[in-house]
Amino acid sequence: MQPSPVNQELELLTVKHHIKKERRELLFRRFFSNKLALTGCIIISFILLFTLVGPLLTSHDPYELDAKKRLIAPGAEYLFGTDNYGRDLLSRVVHGAKVSIGVGFSVALITSIFGMMIGLYAAYFRSLDNILMRVCDGLMAFPAILLAIAIMAALGPRVENVIIALSIVFTPYVARTVRSAALVIKEQTYIEALRSQGASSLRIIWSNIAPNVISPLVVQATFIFADSIITEAALSFLGAGIPAPAPSWGNLLYDGKMVIFNAWWMTVFPGVAIMLTVLGLNLFGDGLRDLLDPHNNKAKK
Amino acid sequence: MQEKLLELKNLKTHFQTERGVVTAVNGVSFTVHSGETVGVVGESGCGKSVTAESILRLLDEKSTRYEGEILYKGKNLLDFSISKMQEIRGNDISMIFQDPMSSLNPVYSVGNQIVESILLHQKCSKKEAYSRAIEMLRLTGIPSPEKRVHEYPHELSGGMRQRVMIAMALSCQPRLLIADEPTTALDVTTQAQILDLINELKLSYNMGTVMITHDLGVVAEVCTRVVVMYLGQVIEEANVEMLFKSPCHPYTRGLLKSIPKLTGDRLEKLHVIEGKVPTLHQVPKGCRFAPRCEFASQKCIEQMPELIEEESGHKVRCWHFKEIIGTGEGHYVNTSS
Amino acid sequence: MKGYILKRLLSLIPVLMVVSVVVFLIIHMTPGDPASVILGPEASPREVAELREQLGLNLPLYQQFANWFIGIVQGDLGYSYFMSESVLEAFVSHLGPTFSLAVLAQVFAIILAIPLGVIAARRRGSVVDQSFMGLSLVGISVPSFLLGLFLILLFAVELKWLPVAGYKPLSNGVFLHLRYLVLPAIALGAMQAALIARMTRSSMLDILNANYIKTARSKGVKEKMIVYKHALRNAFIPILTVIGQTFGTLVAGAAVVETVFNIPGIGQLIVNSVERRDFAVIQGTIMLVAISYVMINLIIDLLYGVIDPRVRLSRK
Repeated sequence: MQPSPVNQELELLTVKHHIKKERRELLFRRFFSNKLALTGCIIISFILLFTLVGPLLTSHDPYELDAKKRLIAPGAEYLFGTDNYGRDLLSRVVHGAKVSIGVGFSVALITSIFGMMIGLYAAYFRSLDNILMRVCDGLMAFPAILLAIAIMAALGPRVENVIIALSIVFTPYVARTVRSAALVIKEQTYIEALRSQGASSLRIIWSNIAPNVISPLVVQATFIFADSIITEAALSFLGAGIPAPAPSWGNLLYDGKMVIFNAWWMTVFPGVAIMLTVLGLNLFGDGLRDLLDPHNNKAKK
Repeated sequence: MQEKLLELKNLKTHFQTERGVVTAVNGVSFTVHSGETVGVVGESGCGKSVTAESILRLLDEKSTRYEGEILYKGKNLLDFSISKMQEIRGNDISMIFQDPMSSLNPVYSVGNQIVESILLHQKCSKKEAYSRAIEMLRLTGIPSPEKRVHEYPHELSGGMRQRVMIAMALSCQPRLLIADEPTTALDVTTQAQILDLINELKLSYNMGTVMITHDLGVVAEVCTRVVVMYLGQVIEEANVEMLFKSPCHPYTRGLLKSIPKLTGDRLEKLHVIEGKVPTLHQVPKGCRFAPRCEFASQKCIEQMPELIEEESGHKVRCWHFKEIIGTGEGHYVNTSS
Repeated sequence: MKGYILKRLLSLIPVLMVVSVVVFLIIHMTPGDPASVILGPEASPREVAELREQLGLNLPLYQQFANWFIGIVQGDLGYSYFMSESVLEAFVSHLGPTFSLAVLAQVFAIILAIPLGVIAARRRGSVVDQSFMGLSLVGISVPSFLLGLFLILLFAVELKWLPVAGYKPLSNGVFLHLRYLVLPAIALGAMQAALIARMTRSSMLDILNANYIKTARSKGVKEKMIVYKHALRNAFIPILTVIGQTFGTLVAGAAVVETVFNIPGIGQLIVNSVERRDFAVIQGTIMLVAISYVMINLIIDLLYGVIDPRVRLSRK
């Protein structure tokens, strides 16, 4: 008996569904066997948990000044000690996490959106490519932090401006990644086939090429996230970032440097917070890259 | 009688892999005399290259374990220290590899690479080594070697590079040459030239040669004796005339039948050995060829045949080879069912 | 080769054009009037108008750009009213410490990282390898200024072995010069070292599997020679690329590290100019840094040819 076309289609669907499920399970398994990604994930979760639970550990306000309680060493009352204005360091580090991670995440998101658009259009339209990539080259000729400093000098120190400055600095990196991934896809036969069938450029770009650049984009965004946190901290440390008295990790280190002889805790706690967050993100990004890119995986073995 | 140079006795090479221990070479024995060329033949994955690299112990020492004996002039190379092995390599025993494109270091001139080999093993000045290198290049038929000696590998053609490899391998006049598919990556005319060259140099130096190849044409051209390997084991060994005239093992017979003929009935379809080589992780329990053999019986599936000497100098590993020969050339009748 | 150099130099023109446009536009990104921003809120309208005239802000934008661009080409990067000297003079007078610091950090990074990467590659998967690579990940995750602060805490505040901050020029003697630069150089070089070590390892792993390594082994070459003569030189191109790409980051990082250690270099010049809103210096300095960054990458590119004869040929 010949199977009816309907049955065949149904069968095909089940098979497809099955393959998808298997693939998901495989990715899941590989994620858990990937020590890098797992460790990174644990560290990031820990930091996020700390940011959420932190306020419960201390009853002090991050902005509450108290001249009598200046530079108290870590102890039962103040777990992380107090700063040179008598503010509770723990609550400042916790609030700093919100600011620093918030800035990092915003920058990662914004650069992903703009970088993806620029990268995709540059890859697809040759004429556009030349202009866009020369601009990217030009922007990448500046060391990230110096360009950020210069932009901040012009815009003035505000949280929004930090996000804008870092987004300008990091978008070219995302655009480059997306472009090179998209160029590979663009050369494949099925894109050629779609074009010969008369599919519109916009459709090809967004529904056929775009999904294929997501993996490298996500990996790159993770690294941008980490870089943004570092750069924001450096900017604030130099006095060109988040304005005082808002507690970003960079600001805390700036205050800590003034009293480095008397209060090690003001340097160590925010410092460790930055280090752990960035380490977590870098581990996660590395692991993710191994997971999503089988070639790279092989090369590493 | 020529001197006995190399004798493999029940050589086994085990690899530690992520999926457990794999035995790539399983009990291989054969002998090479000076002035003789022994061909080691088989499909890819049969362990012939591993056998070749095992002789010089070139495989990663950490994940490889050897068993058996590799006797060079009566001494077991497996007992040698690393530094003693380094003295043997390139000096007593040399090796030529399959892909001349990637076997030469791209960042050093060919002269530099030959000289390195000479200076490692011979007491002479750098200048003497250079003139020796030029002489070797000339010997391998490279035109204007004085100029070529300063060129880099990427400036030479594939055939030229293989000549450089040969010049390098022979620069210290080794007693034994191991050639691992030396012509596979070359075009047909170059192949013939390289084979002639190896043959010529073998005669003039009275070297023993091990020729690893999958190409029976190469075997017919240069070898005196042949070892046929399948899945890490020797399944047949004979001198060339015997092997081509009366092959015993069904696998060898299949290999011979799969060579295209220039004469006779050319409309006849090429013979194909059915099935694929199983991976080393799932080696059959009985005769390793049984799953692909049209003559396989229950006995073949259950029991592994030994390599037995059928007549003087002709060994075969098969339960049924006598019956199979009886069925005659070209008419393989399934006798087992 | 000459043709290649020329081609590479020509390809720099669009990049430098974009760089100069970006630098030029920075001052125009300020919300409001740049002149009143520079002078601060207390300035009188007359002073603002005077400065606008002086800066050429009343001209159309394209003409301002043309003036600025012609200035750069002629080596005129502007004048700092705060320091009463030209931007170029200010830059040159601050260059020494930054140069010393960057070179020292780079040397430290290379000397530390390449052997570590090679050892890790040779013992792939071992405890040594894993701990080196773990360490390098930590190295990548600690920004240089933070490492600087930690180093000060440990070696200057706690152990009191080295000075907390400050700078002594080379004219005060090599020993004193180095004594003040050791901590900054380590702080600055650590991330660089981590990056180089990782690249060395992965590049060496690739190369050690190459066929010509097997050839060398079959000739009886000793392991040490195989690693250092045959493999490392081949593995060096990607390593060199990383060194080149990150040298710019190093110079930029120097700016931040200088602030930590109070070193009077380019970094401090920039940071002080930001505080003073001295735009001429900010613009001129980052322009020069970007140019040197581009130049360094060009030199690195040309160095490939020295290491790898294949590159030499394809560029003839």
